[in-house]
Amino acid sequence: MTTSDAGALSIPHGTSARDTPTYLGIAKTVRSWALTTDHKRIGVLYLFTTVFALFLGGLFALILRIEHLTPTRTIVDAYTYDRLFTMHGIVMVWLFMIPSIPAAFGNFLVPIMIGAKDVAFPRLNLLSYYIYVTGSIWVLVALWMGGCDTGWTFYTPYSAHSPSAVVPTVLGIFVLGWSTIATGVNFIVTIHTMRARGMGWFRMPLFVWSMYGVSVIQVLATPVLAISVSIVGLDHWLDWGLFDPSRGGDPVLYQHLFWFYSHPAVYIMILPAMGVISEVVPTFSHHAPASYDAIAYSTLGIAFVGFLTWGHHMFVAGISLFDAAAFGVLSMLVAIFSAIKVFTWVLTMRGGSIVLRTPLIYFFAFLFLFVFGGMTGVAVATQSLDVHWHDTYFVVAHFHFIMVGGTLTAWLAALHYWFPKMTGRMYPEGWGIASAVLVLVGFVMTFFPQFLLGNAGMPRRYYNYDPRFQPLMVISTVGSWLLGLAMVVTLSYLVVSLFVGKRAGDNPWDSRSYEWYTASPPPTHNFTSEPAFVLGPYDYASPFPGLPRAGVDADAPEAPPPPRRS
Amino acid sequence: MDESVAESFESLDKQAHAVRLGMWVFLASEILFFSGLFALYAAYRTEHPGGFAIGVENNTIVHGSINTAVLLTSSYTVALAVHELRRGRSRRAVTLLAVTLALGACFLGIKAAEYAEHFTRGIYPGGHGRFFDTHAQAGTKMFFTLYFCMTGLHAVHVMVGMIVLAVLLGRVGRGRVVAASSYALAAGAIYWHFVDLVWIFLWPLFYLVPGSGR
Repeated sequence: MTTSDAGALSIPHGTSARDTPTYLGIAKTVRSWALTTDHKRIGVLYLFTTVFALFLGGLFALILRIEHLTPTRTIVDAYTYDRLFTMHGIVMVWLFMIPSIPAAFGNFLVPIMIGAKDVAFPRLNLLSYYIYVTGSIWVLVALWMGGCDTGWTFYTPYSAHSPSAVVPTVLGIFVLGWSTIATGVNFIVTIHTMRARGMGWFRMPLFVWSMYGVSVIQVLATPVLAISVSIVGLDHWLDWGLFDPSRGGDPVLYQHLFWFYSHPAVYIMILPAMGVISEVVPTFSHHAPASYDAIAYSTLGIAFVGFLTWGHHMFVAGISLFDAAAFGVLSMLVAIFSAIKVFTWVLTMRGGSIVLRTPLIYFFAFLFLFVFGGMTGVAVATQSLDVHWHDTYFVVAHFHFIMVGGTLTAWLAALHYWFPKMTGRMYPEGWGIASAVLVLVGFVMTFFPQFLLGNAGMPRRYYNYDPRFQPLMVISTVGSWLLGLAMVVTLSYLVVSLFVGKRAGDNPWDSRSYEWYTASPPPTHNFTSEPAFVLGPYDYASPFPGLPRAGVDADAPEAPPPPRRS
Repeated sequence: MDESVAESFESLDKQAHAVRLGMWVFLASEILFFSGLFALYAAYRTEHPGGFAIGVENNTIVHGSINTAVLLTSSYTVALAVHELRRGRSRRAVTLLAVTLALGACFLGIKAAEYAEHFTRGIYPGGHGRFFDTHAQAGTKMFFTLYFCMTGLHAVHVMVGMIVLAVLLGRVGRGRVVAASSYALAAGAIYWHFVDLVWIFLWPLFYLVPGSGR
């Protein structure tokens, strides 16, 4: 196929990439955003909406922490407390974390990284955004109706009889699920069918691998959640009693179905974070990953094994000793794949030319917090220990180390790393580094004491607590204020930078990854001529080839088939 | 460039490949969607074999079996429609699609009559209704609740499939989908076959096999 009939050139020959209007500048009306099918604009829409969700969920968290300043009532009553921790979990998991990296950064970056003009189904992409908004509105309706008090897990039989707004909440989650599935289908098809000429699977940037792994999980796990929460909704609304033990139902079966989704969902949250880190580390070390294959295959390994570990949430729910042992061992396999990644990232830095910028600071935070969270994960996957720690603050601290310490820090790394690409402007480096340090300090102060609390016997989700826990509770609460402050500071300087930030240039980090081959911000079709990626995405031994220009690259003879990987 | 190729694709071939792959990946998701309910069925039938046997014996086997024939025939006509469109015979394809839609509507009609019969006998989901005064086993209640859940979800899929095929019928009729772009109709047909296939599992589970539970 020749370039001219490939349709890749919507810009007349001879036009410089710099003269092409950017995806932001091409139209500025509300309509042009609301009806856009440009994957980059949809990514930005997701980004703004998920940031809103992050601050909403964060607000709930701050209220919860303030409530725990004293052992009894501080500012809210017990029923409000129950609804607050439920809505905190629901908003953070389904409105923020699951779409945070895949739907926002994945949408923006995957087509560019594989040299495509857009995702495979651009209109489905826009539809998935509006499905997400619709689901989110249902969750907000539930909130307006007083919220839901079942915990984010909707364990039956309580969830079938809770007096709170269970039905609109599960309806919202059901709808959000279809948005996730649509995005997953779109990414799988995009990565399979839209890669540019010469781009084999093992020449894709590693972020694309993580998006592929996460899409597979989204497509296969989310429908099981959709059906499980629908039944909970029907049990609550119409009294169908499918999980009601007094009518022959089995509440533990609900737990199986819920965790069949919700454990893989943990990898929906962490795999994209790992993908971000796999981009950040080579760029700021100016060094190819120590092993591309190790990172790519361990991504697939986590995606696969993630489906076989759900039972470790149910060690005390009455599953057999043999099942528990099997699930425990399988869970530990995930730690092996994760460790492969961690060691590969650290080795990548060796011999590199390290540039200390905000995204790399977040990588260091990620490394420390993720390893700590991962090790405690192996600990709670051990049955005998889990019996002691189950449903205590230890578990709360463990998954916050992974979800916040892992996913949120990687999300912040992504936000800073790709900010110049998305906006064309730089953020203030000093502020970036300062708030990254504040995030780390605030985070550790919030959640490290919770390990100690849990180990000492503080159960999760309790409103009142033993006064001897108060010192650690207060430290945790003060830490949450630091974390909240860091988030507000970050949001503030990023918003200011949108308008007054220094112009970034196309490749401010001197990266080799493919999204930096185009302008910042990119034009609507990402590249002004069909991109030919001669270098690998991590080929730091060669000079950066620079921005391809239409009319030059397009007429050049086709590049020789590149080596399998750099 | 052919106007039927979306802007994001380089060629019709790539677009056809993407649409087919997208449909198969989506169907993988759909299978998991139903499998949550099949898992419930398996678990509860194992737990209450006797109650499930009573449920199967009291179900409307005539309606269910006629519906199986109706749906299988509709799968045949939609497959023929794809075949005719690929050979360029759009008018025949339109006729066959119309027959498929009619069979789909017929299925839904029989299904509605069947539900009506359940309701007159006092069988409602959740173990509600006077039927369960005389058949009070937990398993029988569970059987009929699952019956309404699974056949109801399936009926929703029939409706969605009919909407998809109706849109495609319009596009084939107006010449927007032709032999070269028959992949679009093929993708819709795959979805219809999937809906049919789910029923092939529901039929024995709810109508045919009471098992030796009692």
